[in-house]
Amino acid sequence: MYKALADAIKDAERDKKSLAQVALAAESRDQGRPVEDIRAALQRALDVMRSAIEKGLVGDLYSASGLVGGDAAKLRTSAKGPLAQTPFRDILTRALAVQEVNAAMGVIVAAPTAGGAGVLPAILTGLAKAKSVSDEKVVDGLATAGLIGAVVAERASLSGAEGGCQAETGAAAGMAAGAATEMLGGTPSQVGHAVALTMQGMLGLVCDPLGGLVELPCVFRNATGAAIALAGIEMALAGITFAIPVDEVIDVMGEIGREMDVRYRETAGGGLAATPTGRRLAKERLYQIKRADA
Amino acid sequence: MVGPSSSHTAGACRLGLLARGLIGGTPQSGLLQLHGSFARTGEGHGTDKALVGGLLGFRPDDERIREALQIAEREGLDYKFEKVTIADAAHPNTVRINVELNGKKATMLGSSLGAGRIMVQEIDGYPVEVTGNLHTIVLVAEDRKGSIARITGILAEHDINIATLRLSRKERGGDAFMVIECDEEPDKKAGEELRALDWVRWTRRLPKVSGG
Repeated sequence: MYKALADAIKDAERDKKSLAQVALAAESRDQGRPVEDIRAALQRALDVMRSAIEKGLVGDLYSASGLVGGDAAKLRTSAKGPLAQTPFRDILTRALAVQEVNAAMGVIVAAPTAGGAGVLPAILTGLAKAKSVSDEKVVDGLATAGLIGAVVAERASLSGAEGGCQAETGAAAGMAAGAATEMLGGTPSQVGHAVALTMQGMLGLVCDPLGGLVELPCVFRNATGAAIALAGIEMALAGITFAIPVDEVIDVMGEIGREMDVRYRETAGGGLAATPTGRRLAKERLYQIKRADA
Repeated sequence: MVGPSSSHTAGACRLGLLARGLIGGTPQSGLLQLHGSFARTGEGHGTDKALVGGLLGFRPDDERIREALQIAEREGLDYKFEKVTIADAAHPNTVRINVELNGKKATMLGSSLGAGRIMVQEIDGYPVEVTGNLHTIVLVAEDRKGSIARITGILAEHDINIATLRLSRKERGGDAFMVIECDEEPDKKAGEELRALDWVRWTRRLPKVSGG
């Protein structure tokens, strides 16, 4: 697999291929499996993503602590708000839906992790619906997203405990932005700029969930992460470029993660988790979980 | 995978699956010693259910993980959790798993690194590096000439292709450690033939627990 997105972009441009094709060829070599096998696995992942969205949109799922749940359904049915009946609103709703299923221990696809699992399916399936994109192209999008995620894992981190939320929803937003940009006709170079334009907006984001549980603010951060990814896609497809190369943006995400105080890396020691209300809610709800299990 | 956390749920489940693989079935007893973030936030993340689910043979996307603790009781798996400090420098998501099945015992120390990736650092006290991305054989042998040829020969006879092989030793003539990752699953017979070599002190087979 590639260690720099710049290398993958160079190969794609030289061979007049999409990044998805380049990614599938590299994965096929690494795993010793035919490309069709990998596409079939990605199609299965897409099916799981869609079924998670469907389950989450119903609005009857709540997390073990009861801290989150039912909000995707609120956003789905609300007629208020400037984005009502737009693909943008639909994507935000889908992101909440997947994360609510995740918080309720339902089946999701880690993309790249469970905590950031709402962004990629929301963007890809939401835009596929709005723009009538075929499943084949969405599967290509998943391959491109996988390539981006692998580079982030190699150069920085995909773990909130290592790099904060920028490594989870930040990476997810970068993957989604790059994948969707290609899915909507962007060039390999525009994919790189979409990732950079998106991830620059997520730099420094801390991982501070209440009680250390993947619930609050994780559910909402998937929706806001998707919004930032949409901004990245919109700018990149308009031909806007980001002066700092994408691999350097990823490197700096890793550097910020390494410098980040341990309180802000999934330990519930700082950020929203350490606010007076955050501490109180975590204490009450964790007690409730223990009692329910006993 | 089943939510809510790729490190605390999916990774934990894979560690449970590997420990199960060491003894070749659902253990009758399991002592799970949780360190760091696994100990502090494990309950809310379902780490306990995921580890036990792995011991029961559930994959990370198996919804039965939610009821793993109840299922364990029905299937006669006597599990116990302890919160421990393994080492100050250990990865925050680390667990030591002690399992037993019909007198066969195994101990494994492993960590969940994020995004569902795992690393086993120790098996039965021997230092190893096992990711679970491929079928793996670990063994300790006397440091002697021709040992690798004999071992790889046995694997070839069983039609097993070696993907990676790492060899290390503490000193010349001391114990040699081998971690062999295989493309095909080594069958029980291959494991027995390796164990039967009189200069092999110890060997274990671990299943592939990630990837499609």
